[in-house]
Formats: sequence, structure tokens, C-alpha cells
Amino acid sequence: MGPAPDLLDCRLLFFTGKGGVGKSTMAAATAMLAADRGRRVLLVDVDGKGDLATLFEHAPVGFSPVQVHPGVLAMSMDTEASLQEYLRLNLKVPVLGRLGPLARVLDFVATAAPGVKEILTIGKICWETRESIEGRADFDMVVVDASASGHIVAQLGAPTAIQELVDVGPVRSQTDWLVEILSDPALTAVNVVTTPEEMPVAETIELVGRLRTEVTVPLGTVIVNRVLPELFTVADEETFAALREPAVSGALAGVAGSGTTEVLDGARLAVSLRRTGATHLAELDEAVDLPLLYVPYLFARVHGRRVLRMVADALGEELGL
Amino acid sequence: MSPTANASSAASASSASSGNGLEQLLAAKEIVVFCGSGGVGKTSVAAACALGAVCRLGGKVLVLTIDPARRLATALGLDGVGNLARRVPADVLKAAGVEARGELWAAMLDTKQSWDELVLRHAPDDETAYRILDNRLYHNITARFVQSHDYIAMERLYELHQSGEYDLIVIDTPPTRNAADFLEAPKRMADFFGGRLLRWLTLPYRVGGKRGSRVINVASRPFYQVADRILGSKFLEDIAEFFLNFQSMYAGFSERARAVEKLLHDRRTTFAVVTTLEAAPLHEAEHFRDLLDAGKFHLGALVLNRTLPDSLLSSEGARTAARFTDDAPAVAADLARAIGDEHPVVADEARTARVLRTVGSSFQNFSLVAKREAELRVELTGRPEVVARVPSFDDEITDLSGLARIGRALFGDDA
Repeated sequence: MGPAPDLLDCRLLFFTGKGGVGKSTMAAATAMLAADRGRRVLLVDVDGKGDLATLFEHAPVGFSPVQVHPGVLAMSMDTEASLQEYLRLNLKVPVLGRLGPLARVLDFVATAAPGVKEILTIGKICWETRESIEGRADFDMVVVDASASGHIVAQLGAPTAIQELVDVGPVRSQTDWLVEILSDPALTAVNVVTTPEEMPVAETIELVGRLRTEVTVPLGTVIVNRVLPELFTVADEETFAALREPAVSGALAGVAGSGTTEVLDGARLAVSLRRTGATHLAELDEAVDLPLLYVPYLFARVHGRRVLRMVADALGEELGL
Repeated sequence: MSPTANASSAASASSASSGNGLEQLLAAKEIVVFCGSGGVGKTSVAAACALGAVCRLGGKVLVLTIDPARRLATALGLDGVGNLARRVPADVLKAAGVEARGELWAAMLDTKQSWDELVLRHAPDDETAYRILDNRLYHNITARFVQSHDYIAMERLYELHQSGEYDLIVIDTPPTRNAADFLEAPKRMADFFGGRLLRWLTLPYRVGGKRGSRVINVASRPFYQVADRILGSKFLEDIAEFFLNFQSMYAGFSERARAVEKLLHDRRTTFAVVTTLEAAPLHEAEHFRDLLDAGKFHLGALVLNRTLPDSLLSSEGARTAARFTDDAPAVAADLARAIGDEHPVVADEARTARVLRTVGSSFQNFSLVAKREAELRVELTGRPEVVARVPSFDDEITDLSGLARIGRALFGDDA
């Protein structure tokens, strides 16, 4: 399948994937790309470590959105704050002081009764999305650096899970509009970030399958991060092989210096790393019926706004922007 | 001090690059817990470490793995196996070129099954046990409660260690959002069952005399007022019933959780942090090291996985690479002149020049990454624990001979 130019047309984008594949970077770069194109984005860090803002070289942010880049507001999820807000907005609970013990119990119930913490997270995200749809927010797009693949299905499925667990009550009735937003392909998409390595690819294939069968949230794209460049054409590969023959590399060393072995070995490593990655990519392409976007391995700085710019540009190129 | 002790401390001092100290560490420990962020190759390194121990130290070594890649699971004979430990057959090891002095065993963690066993063991009677197993919250807890995964891994480790079956148990840890989660899991479990909160939460359901029935004083408590309005009273009743049943396991359970915690602190247990030299995993590894220190756990080793070879740091390599990128046509012409007659491929100067430029700039690219890695290694090695280094291999490691290769690097044979 070709690229999905409609990635940026969605109102609510989730980014998930195995830990360490760069899903925060992809979420932040997508926000940057959307902001480049005039969108105003709320970027939500679900794991709440506050690291997302540091990708923009901004100090960590809290529950209240802060502008971290022109057109990009960032916030960090905090389920307790989310509950407070929910109570204030929906139940008109009068005395906030009484939330002290409730917060402690929440922490406890949330770990014991799965779905509670998730619903507070997903509820807040959907609420902000609805606010933006109805023109009450100062952003028109919500980009979520979501939980890793181990947890995302539970998180996205929380409204449905709550519907199953809770028979009556206000929470039950609240879940209907959440499910509506989350299930609308014109509004919402979940994107899976991966790298061309065995475990991330296997996990991506499994996750895409689970997302398809266990939740109603539409799938967007699979973004493959850190793709090594193809060094040679088939013909050039032949030359490279010849250069590595002892007689030839010996002669080359005579011409170009004694570092020839190291340089040729380095290229051989690059070729085999690329080749191993390519087999995993082929496997991914075969197993996953979704648009694949490729972001190259960056031989550059590892952090900060500059690298984010490079990733955003690479993504934009893949999307044909 | 005996000469042997001097020799071994010398070995340990030189181990920063060779990893020889790992063998010494394994000889002294009964449990090695491998941890680190997701995707750093923790599972492979743990399995390679177990395999290495079987070859070098002999005895009965178990690798308890949480979520292996399929081909690795197959290599270890774990296909379709749950909690049951399986011996990796000696002839399979031999076919992979591994000379084992002892027995290699492998087991995979089945969270749900482990929880069920735990409930059956600690419930006061079968009726309570089955009431718990049937509760719809129970399914949720065991399947989705991520921290329960952490706890159950440590619980399983305790169980296997208690069995006295193994000389060494190597375990890789579940991928956690927060590295501290599994370290704190036993303590949290104990707190949870002993906690006042639990009693408080279930109180209105107990004072009524009849379990699960609603009681008048509920209305007077603001918490229940609010909770009822958010969650609906039926849900709260479900929770309460579940915890009342669960509480009956309190004594056995919390005692067990304390025992598990004690084992993690025991001097026979050591931790090994695995990381690649990328920013995010490294950051997490450092954080983890601090947590282990703060929690007074023993940190035995640091494994730097998939490092780039030192040849990429060579200054001669850099000079040659620069010639390739800057002077490709001249180098290609010289080469064609020198041996173009014997090797017709290099007679095509334009093509050779193109390949040389690519080769040169590839070296420069990877060299930059290798330099960054080298600097990070320097920053990391200011500590006395064993630092072992496993290179980035041409092919991915998915079978036993591959594990053996990681093992040789871990233990310093390839250094």
C-alpha cells in the first residue's frame, strides 16, 4: 500500500510501539510536521515522565498544556489530576478537600481494578478531542505519545471494558461518546512505531492483530524508524565484493593507505546490518496490511530539536508533503 | 592473601573490556536477574549467560525467560511450554557447537497459570479459591495488571530457587514502564495485603454481617458517595467481594511476598543491567543502577550489548575513508592501473570510484556513532562492577550457536 497522506488529517493520533523504538520521537515529530502545516497541536505524554517536552529542548511539562514549539502545546498525563477535573466538570462535587482519601483509594483501586486508570487517561484525551471538535480549545489536533505495546490495547479498550464491568451509573453512560470518538476513522488513528529488528517487528505484527480484533480504534500507519540506507546496487555490490578479495584489498591499501581494511570491514558491517533489517521489513510488509512509512537511521545527534526537525522532514517526505 | 586471590582480582581489574569477571560472578551467585529497558537484547543476553555458565561452570543452570522471541524459544525448546522447566537436550547443544559441562534448563513465565497456582496454594479452602478464580475482577487483575506481572515473575523465581533443583538461575525481567516496578513489586504486594486501605475499602461490606450486602453507614462516608456516583454501586460491591475473598489469603501471601523480597536482597542474588549504547536505553540503565544502589540490591554486572567494533575508531581508517570520499576517481584509477588486468571488475573506474565513495562515507557515518559509543563507555565505566561488552554481530542471534557467540563475547573469549 502507498503512503497515507491523510495521517495529518486526523483529529486524534495515537503513537504506540515496543519500548525503545522511538515512539515519543515520532509523536513529537508528527506534531512538529502538523504545526509546520498550520495545525495547532496538543501533544499528550501518557507515560507522564515529562520527557516529551525535552525533545523540544523545553523543560518537562505538567498536566496543564504549555507551548513547547510554535503551534505545539504539550501536557503530561496525570490520572489523579484527570479525576479531579472530571469530578469538577461532570459531577459538580463540591468539596475538593475530601479528595485526599479518594486519591489514595483511587491509586489502590486503579491498580486492583484495571480500567480505572486507563479510563481516566483515555477519557481526558477524548475530552480534549471533543473540545477541539466543538471549537472550544486552542488546538485542532491531539497527538498522543501513548503507552507501549504491552499496555495500549488495555488503554484503548478501556471504555469498552468499563462498559462490560460497570452495569449502571454515570461512568457507564460517559463511555458511549468515548467509544464514538475512538471508533471514527475520520477522526482517530493509532500508529505503530517499530524498527527493522526481530523483536520490534514481531511485536508490531502481534499488536496490529490485537488492535484489529480487540479494539474498535482504526489503525493508521506503521512507521519504521532507524532504517539503514541501501549502500549498493547489485552491480556495485559485485565491485564491493571484488574490493574485499585479499589481492585487491592489498593493492587498494597500497594506493589508499593502511586503513583500507577497517574501512572495508565497516562497510561490510553496514551492509549486513542493512540486510538483516531488510528481511525483517519484508516480514513486516508481508504480515501487516497497512501503509508503511520509513524514517532513516540518522547518523547525527541523538537528541533535541535538530534531530526532531530531521525526523519530521523525513516523515513529511514519506507522506509526499 | 593467596596468589590465587591476587590473580583473580587482577582478572577482575582487566575485566572492564574482557568480561572475565562474569565467570567469577556467576560462580559465586545462585541467582542473576537481568534487567534493562525493552529492546536491548536482555533475553538473548540472559540465555547466553546461562549457556556460558553451563559450559564454564557446569552444574544445573536454569534460564527463566519472560517473553522470548519465537526463534529463541524454539532454540531453547520452549515451544508451547508454560511454567514447566524443560531441559535443553545435550545433543541439541552439541549440534550447536556447545560443549556443556552441566545441564541447561529453560522455562517460560506463564503469568495466569502462576497466579492460579498462587491462589490455590494460599486460599484457606477450595471454595474460596474457586470463588476468587471465578471472579471477573480476578481475570482482569491477572491479565492486565502490569505490576502483577512483575510480582509473579519474582514469585516464580522464589519458587524455583526454593526447589533447590538448580545451581544457578538466570532470569530476564518483564518489560516495565518503570524500571523500579519489579524491584518494588514484592513489597507493594505485602503492603497491599496488609494495608489499612484494603480494610477500609471493604469495611462497609463486612460490618453488615452478611458478606456483600450493602450497609446503611455507607451513605455517611463521602468516599462512598463519590465512588458510587462515579462507578456505580454494583462495581464497588464486586471489588469488595473480591478483596474480602482475597484477604483470606493475607497471612500466607504477605509472608511470601516478604520472603521474595528477602531473596532479592540475599547475597546469593545479583543483578545485571543490560543496555545498548543508545541514548534512551542508556539513560534507563543509569537510572536503574541508581535504583539498585538506593534499594541496597547487589549490582554485579553491566552488559553493553550490540556495540560497534573498535576498528571504526581507527585513525588510519578515518584517513583512508577521507581519501575514498574526497579522491575516489584518483584512487580508482590507481587501483585499475595496479591490478585492473587481473581483476576486470576494478577496471571499471567509474564504478569503483562510486563504490569507494559509498564505502568511505559509510565508514564516516558509523565512525561517528562508534565515537559517541566510546565516549559513553568511558562515562559508564567509573564503577567497580563487571563491564562486559558484546559486539554488534553481522547476523541476528536467534539460535543456540548464536547464543554461544554472545556467550564467548560476554566471557571475553573473543576480546
